[in-house]
Parts: sequence; C-alpha cells; structure tokens
Amino acid sequence: MIQTETTPKPRRNVELVLIVLALAVGIGASALVSINSESGLDNDFWFQSSLLAVAAFAFHIVLRLRAKYADPVILPIVVALNGLGLALIHRMDGPGDDTGNNQLRWTLIAMAVSIAVIWFLKDHRILRRFTYISLAASAFLLLLPLIPGISAGEILGARVWIRVGPMTFQPGEIAKITLAIFFAGYLSSNRDLILLAGRKIGPMQFPRFKDLGPMITAWLVSIGVLVFQRDLGSSILFFGLFIVMIYVATSRISWVVIGLLLILGGGFIAAQIFSHVAFRIDSWINAFTPEVFGRSPGGSGQIVEGLFGMADGGLVGTGLGQGRPDLVPFANSDMIVALIGEELGLIGLFAVVMLYLLLFTRGFRAALGTRDAFGKLLACGLSFAIALQCFVVIGGVTRLIPLTGLTTPFLAAGGSSLLANWIIVGLLLMISNTARGPVDTTPMVNKPPATSSNPGAPKPVTAQTPSAPTEAVKQQ
Amino acid sequence: MNDISELTITALRFGFLLLLWVLIFSIVSTMRRDFQIGRKAVTGVPTAREVRKHPELAASPPPAIQHARTLVVTEGPLKGTTVPLAASPILLGRAQEATLVLEDDYASGRHARLFPQGSRWFIEDLGSTNGTYLADQQLTRALPVELGVPVRIGKTVIELRP
Repeated sequence: MIQTETTPKPRRNVELVLIVLALAVGIGASALVSINSESGLDNDFWFQSSLLAVAAFAFHIVLRLRAKYADPVILPIVVALNGLGLALIHRMDGPGDDTGNNQLRWTLIAMAVSIAVIWFLKDHRILRRFTYISLAASAFLLLLPLIPGISAGEILGARVWIRVGPMTFQPGEIAKITLAIFFAGYLSSNRDLILLAGRKIGPMQFPRFKDLGPMITAWLVSIGVLVFQRDLGSSILFFGLFIVMIYVATSRISWVVIGLLLILGGGFIAAQIFSHVAFRIDSWINAFTPEVFGRSPGGSGQIVEGLFGMADGGLVGTGLGQGRPDLVPFANSDMIVALIGEELGLIGLFAVVMLYLLLFTRGFRAALGTRDAFGKLLACGLSFAIALQCFVVIGGVTRLIPLTGLTTPFLAAGGSSLLANWIIVGLLLMISNTARGPVDTTPMVNKPPATSSNPGAPKPVTAQTPSAPTEAVKQQ
Repeated sequence: MNDISELTITALRFGFLLLLWVLIFSIVSTMRRDFQIGRKAVTGVPTAREVRKHPELAASPPPAIQHARTLVVTEGPLKGTTVPLAASPILLGRAQEATLVLEDDYASGRHARLFPQGSRWFIEDLGSTNGTYLADQQLTRALPVELGVPVRIGKTVIELRP
C-alpha cells in the first residue's frame, strides 16, 4: 500500500479560472449559433448566457463555503458540457420551438438541486443509512410510469415518462442514483459474505448460489424495465451498473462473466420476443439496406442520416449553425452526438469525448482517494453510470453497438436526465471533498507507533478453554 | 449574418475548436499534481534515482522491520491471554470456531479477522454489530495493524507484539 504525503489544498482558484474557460466554451458556442442564425446576438442570447454564468459562479461559491476540498476539475467540465449542450439545443430550435429555453430552465433547476444536495447533505456517508430505503425508492420510481393515473402513456414506443403538471418527467433517471446508493450500501456491508464463500472452478472462484440472489434480482429488474417500459437503454444501464459495482466490491472476474452471460441470454431472448429489440438489432447490422432504411417503425434512417451528417462534418466540421442536422430525427436529444460530429467535426467530437473521459477519471480518482468503502463504491458506480451512458449513446450513434434510447449526459435535451446527472455531480463533488480533504483522525496506522510495544512481559495464560457464549448478541 | 464576413466566421469556427482543446489542456495540466501518486512513499525509502543524485540517502541502513509474533489481549475478560501468530489468518469472535474465542458480550460471533499479507498483519471487520476499532477509529475496510497499536473489539483490546 503506497501512501503519499501531500498536504491537502482546496484549489478553488484553479476551479474559478477553469470555470471562466468553460463558460467561454459554452457561451462562445451559443454566440456562434446566434451569429449564424437570423437573430444575431440579441437580448435572448445575453440573458441566457448571463443566467448560465451566474448559476456556475453560484455553484462555485457554494463549493468554497461547503466543500472546500472538492475536486477543482469536475464542475468546469460539467459547465462546459452543459453550456455546449444548451447552445446546440438552441441551435436546433425552429421558429416556434421552446426546447432551448426549457433546457435552460431545467439546467438552473438541476444546478439548484445539486447545490441543495451539497449544502444539506454535507457528508455522503449519511446516505449509507438509507440503503434499503433507496431500494424501495428505486422500485417506486421504476413502477411510477406504469401506474395509469400518473403515467404519461407511451411516448415514442417507451413507457418511461410520468406527468407532473404541464411537464413530463422520467423517474428512471433518478432511479439510477438511488440504485447506486443501494448497491453501494449493500455491497459495502455484505462484501465479506460474498467474498469468503464460493467454489473454485478452474482459475475463477464462483459465488455461492445463495449470493447470486442480488444479481438475479438486478437482472430481473432490468428485464422488467425492458418488458414493461420498453426501454432497452435503461435496462442495460441498471444491469451494467450492478455488475461494475459488484466487481469493484469483490474484484472477482467471475461476476463479470456471469453478468455478461446473463446479458447475452437476456438479449438473445429479448431479440426473439420483442419486436422493438429485434428492429434495433436489425437496423444496426443492416443499416444501409434500402428496405431497412425506409422501414416505418424501427428503420435505420436515423442512424444513417446521423452517419451521413458526421461524414459531412469531416475533420473540422461545417461550423456551428451551418450544417443540416435538421435532416436527422431527434438531433437535439438522442442524436446530439451526430450534430456535434457534423458541426464541430472529429476534432470537436473528440474534445467532447475527452471531457467525458476526464469527468469519469475524476470520479474514479475520488473513489480511490476516499477512505470509506461506501463512498468508494458510490463514486465508482455513479461515474460509471455516466461513462456507460456515454458509451451506449456514442457507440449507438457511430454504429458500434445497436442504438438505444439513453440520453447523452449534460448535452441532450431532457430535464430529468439533466437533473439526475447534476445530482450525480453533486455527490461526486462531495465524495471528492472527503477524499482530498485533510484526515480528521490523529492516531492513524500509517504513522509508526511510539515505542510502547514492550510494556513488561505479559502473563502467559495461553489458550484458555472457552466456555459457550452466554448471551446472544443480536446478529443478522 | 450579412454584416459579418465569411473570413471572420471561419476564424471564429476554428477559434472555437481551439478553445475547446485549450480548456481540455488546462484541465489536464491542473491534474498533474494527482499523477505524482506513489512517487514519494511514506516509508521514506529513497528511489534509485534519488540515491543516484544524493548518495548520502543510501548510507543510512533501512530500519529493521520487527515482525509481529504474538497477539496479546491487554484489556477485557481475557486480559493477559497471548496467542502465537503463525502464517494463517485469525478469526476473532464469540463463535466456537473462532481462533481466539472472546467471552465478551459486546463481541459478535464472527467479529473480525486478522490476516497476514506480505510482512504485515491486517485487521478486517466481518460485519460485526458493535464494530472494530483500530486506534480509536472504527474500521470500514481492512487496515494494517502496526506493533503496539490497540485494536478494540467490544470490551476486549488486543495488540500485536514482536
């Protein structure tokens, strides 16, 4: 175990400089979009840009007050991504569309909620007390869209929305946070049980069948999401989250093997039974076949138009506001990556991918640095959830894997996803605060002990015959 | 868009891509501090490179490592008990199969595990009801136990001796 002696530094001024740069990216993108549209740099542009800047600086000040030692890089990355997303969504707005303003509203709400999480929660370890409440909350959130009164019905083939007043909301997005909290709490306390028992087959140690219970449950939940909500993306996300967290907790590769087998089995059966899954796979493999391209439900038109758009963008892109992303259906949500590829080119797309990669590494850095098992698992799980979303979406748009309906974190239009991802960022910042901050314990094991190791010879009363336990201490 | 020339727009276009990467490179350069992990170990052993540059560092012999050979109960019902340490892990708890059966009402059946790894002994809490404390700090994961550092399990306190 290598320990380093580094004095904790808040580094908030570094963060401030980076936030200014990130805002320059977000507002710059917005300015380019405005210049290339008819409106030019109008009042709307200045109003929106100043709102974003004020929100970012407010967040920064809250970090100065409440989480002094939080990672200085996470917030600038997220502000840059969110600002870029706002500009791109604004760019796709038609004359009567309000998606851009709606997204800005949600951004402000999401940042406010994230600030509230940091302000009131103070320490992520408190969440460990809510392990099983989180499980119940996840189940409730996942079931909400299926309840007739609240459900917004089937939108675009998926039943994941609920109706809250005039707006729709996707409770599944919040469920990924509560599920991560549950997995982290469950695995950090039951890790030993899962780890110690098991049968060894070949080079791998397999878990007992009893310990497979949670995994089977996670698998069933994922399948349930797939069957009842018709949401392939979330289903992959939940199960992937569980596999990664149990792998991080136990460092047994057998879990990953079992998980992948379950995914393959489930995927194969789903492709046989559900037409929407079969369509997805078909339009992935045979994307360029004319009949698949033009098929009305489940055609590959979207993917192929996106690919054409990215090809048109080439290395440096057509420039913001100068491409034709309106040819691609859902260019401001599912296919926003294709829009970036078209207007900012490969260089811009790689910059965005790089920003995600940096965000992901900062999440894992927080996990490595924090000292409690729960925080480690939670940070791993949350940052992996963001990474998996990026992989599924960008992989789907670039036709590496079948396209599934997950949102690109912070970029795509969608309030619930923004809210959930900003809460994740709040939690990661809090975990990194404890990871990077000074340790508040004085006598710790890493220091060599004082020379008190020989206080006289102890009485050699070796191996007393133990009597039976008298009182039963309550155990699980 | 008519009053801005084509050239300006192209310049802004490339300027924006440049800005994106300037952001990324400034982020990466602020992360440099973190990449220095593991460079200076707390054990104080100078690296080969440091020895080459400062030969006086190599002169002092490394401190002799004292291996723990016995486990001593310093407080609690079993006070004074010693258990010789071999190379196998030790289970602490009230259960009959434990290596050191603690007659302590505040200890769980399978309370904690003490196991050797490398040249050190580690203690790990096995999900006990009342927790295990290493030098007054509750264990949340396996931690190395140095010689003479008290480990508290219920009302029992044990420590490792050479």
